[in-house]
Amino acid sequence: MANDVLLRGKDITRRWGGLVAVNKVSIELERNCVHAVIGTNGAGKSTLINLLSGEIPLSDGSVELLGKDVTGWTQPKRARAGLGRSYQRNTIFPSFSVFENCRLAAQAKHQKGWAWWERADRCSVSTDSARDAAHRAGLDKLMDRTAGMISHGQKRQLEIAMCLATDPKVLLLDEPLAGMGAEETERMLAMLDELRPDHAILLVEHDMDAVFRVANQITVMVNGTVIARGDPDFIRNSPEVRVAYLGEGH
Amino acid sequence: MDKSKGIFVALVFMALALYPFVGGGGYGIDIVTKIMIYAILALSLELLVGTTGLVCFGQAAFFGIGAYAAVLFSGEQGAASILWLLPASMLAAAVYALAVGALSLRTRGVYFIMVTLAFAQMAYFVVHDTPLGGGTDGIYLYFRPTLGEKLKFDEPLVMYLFSLGTLVFVFGFLTVLLNSRFGRALAGIRVNEQRMRGTGFTTYPYKLAAFVISGGLAGLGGALFAIKDGFVNPELMSWHLSGAALMMIILGGLGHLRGALIGAFAFLLLQEFFKAEAIFGEFAKHWHLGMGIVIIAAVAVLPRGLVGLPEVLRKRLAGSGGGESRIGGLKSAQGGAK
Repeated sequence: MANDVLLRGKDITRRWGGLVAVNKVSIELERNCVHAVIGTNGAGKSTLINLLSGEIPLSDGSVELLGKDVTGWTQPKRARAGLGRSYQRNTIFPSFSVFENCRLAAQAKHQKGWAWWERADRCSVSTDSARDAAHRAGLDKLMDRTAGMISHGQKRQLEIAMCLATDPKVLLLDEPLAGMGAEETERMLAMLDELRPDHAILLVEHDMDAVFRVANQITVMVNGTVIARGDPDFIRNSPEVRVAYLGEGH
Repeated sequence: MDKSKGIFVALVFMALALYPFVGGGGYGIDIVTKIMIYAILALSLELLVGTTGLVCFGQAAFFGIGAYAAVLFSGEQGAASILWLLPASMLAAAVYALAVGALSLRTRGVYFIMVTLAFAQMAYFVVHDTPLGGGTDGIYLYFRPTLGEKLKFDEPLVMYLFSLGTLVFVFGFLTVLLNSRFGRALAGIRVNEQRMRGTGFTTYPYKLAAFVISGGLAGLGGALFAIKDGFVNPELMSWHLSGAALMMIILGGLGHLRGALIGAFAFLLLQEFFKAEAIFGEFAKHWHLGMGIVIIAAVAVLPRGLVGLPEVLRKRLAGSGGGESRIGGLKSAQGGAK
């Protein structure tokens, strides 16, 4: 089933001067699979997402998206090719309406910047996928609200909706559950289950209960390197992981 | 809400169209023509600053290049047709904007401000210190252009109405542009460029296109200015004018096209007021002082510019209505901190 690998990172390395933030991390994201990356703060999880999405350049290694080598591609080009990401801190457009946040994201696929005489809100392709994405994220009732004024949990949902509006094949989600209440967490996990069949999903998350419930694969990072990888049961019982990470609290 | 803004702008343009016929004297027509031309400059800058979030401190260079181009292209042989003179002047300014934008857009924030200023100063000293544009003395326009047989731009009324028509055209063009996908993308870049890139927008070409369009429109204003005055000098490219254009859009209210319109009128009418010897006598030559105080006061009282005036008044009348939303915003910020 090698064909189902949608995103492949090989020996990904990022150095900041003398500090190696991410050291030779290889990772494969498959369709129909939620691949969680866990680790302590500063383990390099967010940096890994930034490297895979192209927000910061690699020091070493390569990234392959849908079978193509995209190592030299800019972030916007990778995004248009089907790589969607959400951010750990909300990076929405706070002064726009919820709908316009989604519509603008959807527009990325149908930019037509030269068509200056056409009203953006008449472009049915982007308005339709914006509505669809907002619906899937459970934001139907908030479409006309100003994005900066909705609750924190709703902003997290909007993050995902904007990501979905671009119709990505691969989703890199950076702590989508951060600061969410129990009910919102349930809804988000249900949505991940719904998205799973058609997407390859990388999930960086600190909520361990959620991770062990939803993930098919778990990678554990410490100090920029991978120390363990396997299915949830394997990770739960791995003595190395217990010492390095899970055991911290005991 | 949107409707009332549209009606406001339509009323302003109608009032401007009627003004020469209901008592606008020669002096008044001259001043209002000048203001309308500066309003075009302010609108061009609004596209960069208020819409895209690029604070350009060299807009006068494009205005000045448009003005010089109009004079140089007119030649000394006879009247040119305005139908090609204006587009040619716009093109000259747009070409310069393309070069400046291509380089300066590689920088951000305060560096962008400084680099655009540096390029404008460069253009200023090229005309100031070379014989190309007559040096510090500037050059005269020998023949004002014409439009067909009948419309001659020597007549103040023709100049007035043509400037108004151009202003309406620029305002309408920018209104359509800002509602298009291109315009929405520019707004997205202003609010959150990082997210725009993450979503799939290569932002550099968008910013460069905005820069070139803005330069071309400023050049259009400059060309009209040269035709109106019949004279150009390097001061048209000085940083004072770049600064004045910024003050116009800040005074009027950033992020709104009508803000640029209102700001240009407010700024230049205030200037006329403080320069008036009939009112201030000897003190009129210190008009900068009065302007400065009024602008500082306006920014302090109206942080969103004159455009925000109705809202400020409404809140004053309704009491402390603004308090609740502020608390709501705090709550969500605390939620984010957890």
